[in-house]
Amino acid sequence: MALRESPFGELKVPLALTAAVALLVAVVVAVALLLSDRRETFQAEAYGVTRQVGDAVAAPVSGAIAAPGRWGGMGLENLRGYFFAVGENRRLKAELKEARQWRDVALALRDTNERYKSLLGLKTEPPIPMVAARTVTDSRGPFANTRLANAGKEAGVKAGNPVMSENGLVGRIIGVTSGASRILLLTDVASRTPVMIDRTNARAILTGDGGPNPKLEYLRGQNPVKDGDRVLTSGDGGVLPRGLPVGTAVKGLDGRWRVVLASDAAPIDFVRVLLFQDFSQLANAKELDLMPTPPPSSGPANVGLVNPPPATKPAPVPAPMPAAKPPTQAAPAPSSTPKPAPTKPSTATGAKPAVARPATPKAVPPRRPATPTVAPPTQAPVASSPPADAEIPH
Amino acid sequence: MSLSAARPLDPWRWLGLTSLQCVVLTLLFAMPVRLLGLQAPEPVFAMVPAFAWAVIRPSIIAPFALLMIGAFTDILWGSPVGLWSLSLLVAYGTVLTMRNMLVGQSRPMMWAWFAVACAIAELAGFLFTRLDAQASPSLVAVFWQFLATILLYPFAHRLIDRFEDADVRFR
Repeated sequence: MALRESPFGELKVPLALTAAVALLVAVVVAVALLLSDRRETFQAEAYGVTRQVGDAVAAPVSGAIAAPGRWGGMGLENLRGYFFAVGENRRLKAELKEARQWRDVALALRDTNERYKSLLGLKTEPPIPMVAARTVTDSRGPFANTRLANAGKEAGVKAGNPVMSENGLVGRIIGVTSGASRILLLTDVASRTPVMIDRTNARAILTGDGGPNPKLEYLRGQNPVKDGDRVLTSGDGGVLPRGLPVGTAVKGLDGRWRVVLASDAAPIDFVRVLLFQDFSQLANAKELDLMPTPPPSSGPANVGLVNPPPATKPAPVPAPMPAAKPPTQAAPAPSSTPKPAPTKPSTATGAKPAVARPATPKAVPPRRPATPTVAPPTQAPVASSPPADAEIPH
Repeated sequence: MSLSAARPLDPWRWLGLTSLQCVVLTLLFAMPVRLLGLQAPEPVFAMVPAFAWAVIRPSIIAPFALLMIGAFTDILWGSPVGLWSLSLLVAYGTVLTMRNMLVGQSRPMMWAWFAVACAIAELAGFLFTRLDAQASPSLVAVFWQFLATILLYPFAHRLIDRFEDADVRFR
């Protein structure tokens, strides 16, 4: 049938109008999609079912498509290793020589660290479990810098977990599904990471902008950073552990401080997902809120109150030596001046204070006769705190 | 022009197949591969149909096809869903309104118009990202993607050349 005889042959104007309406409807749908999307939150439900299904499908498909390229790369690498083995051997020997010196230094420092930790009674963070994964897709445009890794819910990966390559921090997990997880790279425009300068301890926020070198923003202090300074995660906010290597500070062409990422030193094909959970993630806020408020009538029950009623205890002030005695018995250093000692053990929690404290009162005994006499009365309200500690098991 | 192209437009041929090609090429370029230590470029393949479909003829299905391709791109790349859908539709709508002026121009001129359409899409993406993430994407990174995308014009030209005269109502 010729077009002229077709019943739709004369529909030129209506079709153009309908096409315009269709365009308008499509734009409205796209705006609605964009407004409803929240990809950078830590809430698992914010990631959305569409994205989860998309990632679950894309991960194996991309993995299969990328396999020939990966094999080719590995073959090329093997070939290169074969032809450049001698030069590589020389380089590695030199590196090993240097590393041996560093090993001795590291061992000495570790020993010192252990001693300091035991002296101070420091509670160090437990080791963080890790999951290894391979990245199967990579987006590197100006508006999104993410990767898809082939480890998901079944491996224990959760939104917020930091991701590292063998060289440094890569980003953090923003979405998890079965068999795949989405990594938001440090270079993404939505990425904000609390970091610190290793040399000065100055804090900053590493802000991605879609380029290869994210910016250092909110730097404080006078000259807090200079070219070549190491940048580490600060651990502020508890999202990331402290001390993960991020990169090196450089002055950008735009005059801003930027970071050359350590993870850029090699292809990010294999990554480690740190199954890190900070206190705020571990603690159950609802359970903490459910703590019963103690009744205001009895004395010891006033412990948790901000302003305890003063009428029930009119004169605890004159409470003299008997109240202060028990702590003195608990003090481990029975020297000639018993008074300074009880103050410390009453507030301290561990075995730490017994070592150095008695020496300082001895050094200034004649100048401080007055303070011990004042101390017992002030001890009296403090003396009510040991019973408070004793009340905690109830 | 082949004789088969003179047949009335079949939506599957000029919309479906092109969409499929876009999806496959986007998927291929999303592989984490480095060449000589450098990352591969990331062109927006969906700009080819966004420009060519608007030049060929107005269509009811084309905006929705672009919506789907854009959503697929967003899900694959991890950008906010709707970002590329909206950017592509803005470029498509602009080209569609200028269609009477564009049709029949020489290849270099059409290439220049394609670059304009790409610039509109990138600018829209820049603005929407700025609104969504409360931060400015790097203009250098935007420029590199723009440059990689305008190199795709030969594909758009082939598509236009093949289907432009297929529907005599929109000549």
